[in-house]
Amino acid sequence: MKKWELKNQRDAFGEALIELGEQRSDIVVASADLSCSVKTGMFAEKFPERHFNFGIAEQNMISACAGFAAAGKTAFASTFAIFVTGRVYDQIRQSVAYPKLDVKIVATHAGITVGGDGATHQMIEDLALMRVLPNMTVIVPADAPETKRAVMAAAEYKGPVYIRLGRANIPVCTNIQECQDFEIGKASIMREGSDITLVGTGIMVAMCIEAAEELKKHKIDAKVINMSTIKPMDEKTLIKAARETGGMVTAEEHNVMVGMGSAVAMTLVENFHVPMKRVGIADSFGESGTSDELMEKYGLTVDHIVDAAHDVMKRRGR
Amino acid sequence: MVNSYPDKDIKMLEEMAGKVRRHIIEMIYGAGSGHPGGSLSATDILVALYFMEMNHKANEPEWEDRDRFVLSKGHAAPALYACLAESGYFPIEELKTIRKIGSRLQGHPDMRKTPGVDASTGSEGQGLSMGIGMALAAKLDRKKYRVYVMLGDGENNCGQIWEAAMSASQFKVDNLVAIIDRNKLQLDGPTEKIMSLEPLGDKWKAFGWNVLEIEGHNFREILAAFKKAKDTKGHPTVIIANTIKGKGVSFMEGAVGFHGKSPNKEEYEKAMKELGVGK
Repeated sequence: MKKWELKNQRDAFGEALIELGEQRSDIVVASADLSCSVKTGMFAEKFPERHFNFGIAEQNMISACAGFAAAGKTAFASTFAIFVTGRVYDQIRQSVAYPKLDVKIVATHAGITVGGDGATHQMIEDLALMRVLPNMTVIVPADAPETKRAVMAAAEYKGPVYIRLGRANIPVCTNIQECQDFEIGKASIMREGSDITLVGTGIMVAMCIEAAEELKKHKIDAKVINMSTIKPMDEKTLIKAARETGGMVTAEEHNVMVGMGSAVAMTLVENFHVPMKRVGIADSFGESGTSDELMEKYGLTVDHIVDAAHDVMKRRGR
Repeated sequence: MVNSYPDKDIKMLEEMAGKVRRHIIEMIYGAGSGHPGGSLSATDILVALYFMEMNHKANEPEWEDRDRFVLSKGHAAPALYACLAESGYFPIEELKTIRKIGSRLQGHPDMRKTPGVDASTGSEGQGLSMGIGMALAAKLDRKKYRVYVMLGDGENNCGQIWEAAMSASQFKVDNLVAIIDRNKLQLDGPTEKIMSLEPLGDKWKAFGWNVLEIEGHNFREILAAFKKAKDTKGHPTVIIANTIKGKGVSFMEGAVGFHGKSPNKEEYEKAMKELGVGK
């Protein structure tokens, strides 16, 4: 197992908000009784007049943010992924996405790594819900440093953005490359390789890097892509990788039916078809447990990615 | 107070309301679908807002200091469009394109397509929250503009309305006025039979609002209520405007059937005649 430095995406989000608050007076932030957990509390402490806690009333929070944006503000709304997607889908669709208002929805505690709280708090279908909304940009940063860059980029961009973050401290993997500005819609190559491509998003990116190192022992040279923008998807980078490596594995902490992997599959089927396997949560709800136990049980480990890669290689007769 | 408005102003508003009602019937008849009942009940309040109360500039729809209007009961779009056209936001001719392919006048208000529309609405229950965001933004920017949100009475069934009601008084949004078009009918029937709202005023009072109750087809009462709202500091104001669904067209008045149905040719001609066409 690789030794990673661990950092929290939520802290990075909180730091980014403070920077934004200092730079721009038109930034407002909304919370829904979870400001301590999602780190909007850091902004609230510094800029109390520009922070609004709507209580446990996410529908009101999202539509009010639409109102802020209609009046010229850039509004950040943040709470747990489970409460800020399904529960408020209509508000996001009607109040935010349809009029293309400048509202940034930052969802924390996404996926099964939430752990002990169980299935009721483990949002694993949010990428599907957000991806199908016209005008919506969907970003899943791979680690804490990328979270900060993504939040800054989202603030710069005019229009609705959904940013998905996790709860846990996770490996810092994006600093292996030169620290650059986050470009929405641009995937980054984490590792070059010629035999197969591993496409990860969120916490699965670091695991893809580990899987590539493992595959090297088996003489398989894997390329690793960090697909941090789910929509719009960087089709150019994907198709190029498919052409160059001839096989693909995707990995996401999400229902495998309709997440990043399915978006990649659609792109490849219509452009350059290669053998492919998707690693993700089978069409099921999660349960309580530690995040490591859950990742193991629901098929989201380095070994699962390595196995999927071997499977793809076998289908190609290697 | 109620009598302090000059007769000529009131007469102007009454004449405008007549025009707007005729536009509504023509638009819905021309489109073959739409919501006459709730458009006609809301007409006088909208006319009072656009032709007397609100600061706005038809030649500068995005004017930063304009008062904002959110039609939370988005299905009354024909009434809003008629007021905007008569104000000069777009040609009156364009009204007949409502609900037609390629039109700037969508079935429900669209802030990105129609000049003068401040919020996209249509899914019930969301407009009050939007208005709160706008009103809070005005306070942050030290702007004097006010925000008016019109709600349907049936819309008071929505949970989000009460989330918004709670937050408006929590945040002391006194630059916002909600107006409830209390026509006592919703799509399926009388509000008190479908999902009882009364005592409606007490409910809003309990949520910390300044509650005013008026006759919603009386311009003097409407304007006096706006004035009282302006003078109320520290609390948001809700005006419960008692109205008649389908107001102005005898066979549409109080008729549930005309919530979301276009008149046929005969009904159209009768309605236009009642509204003063050809007189």
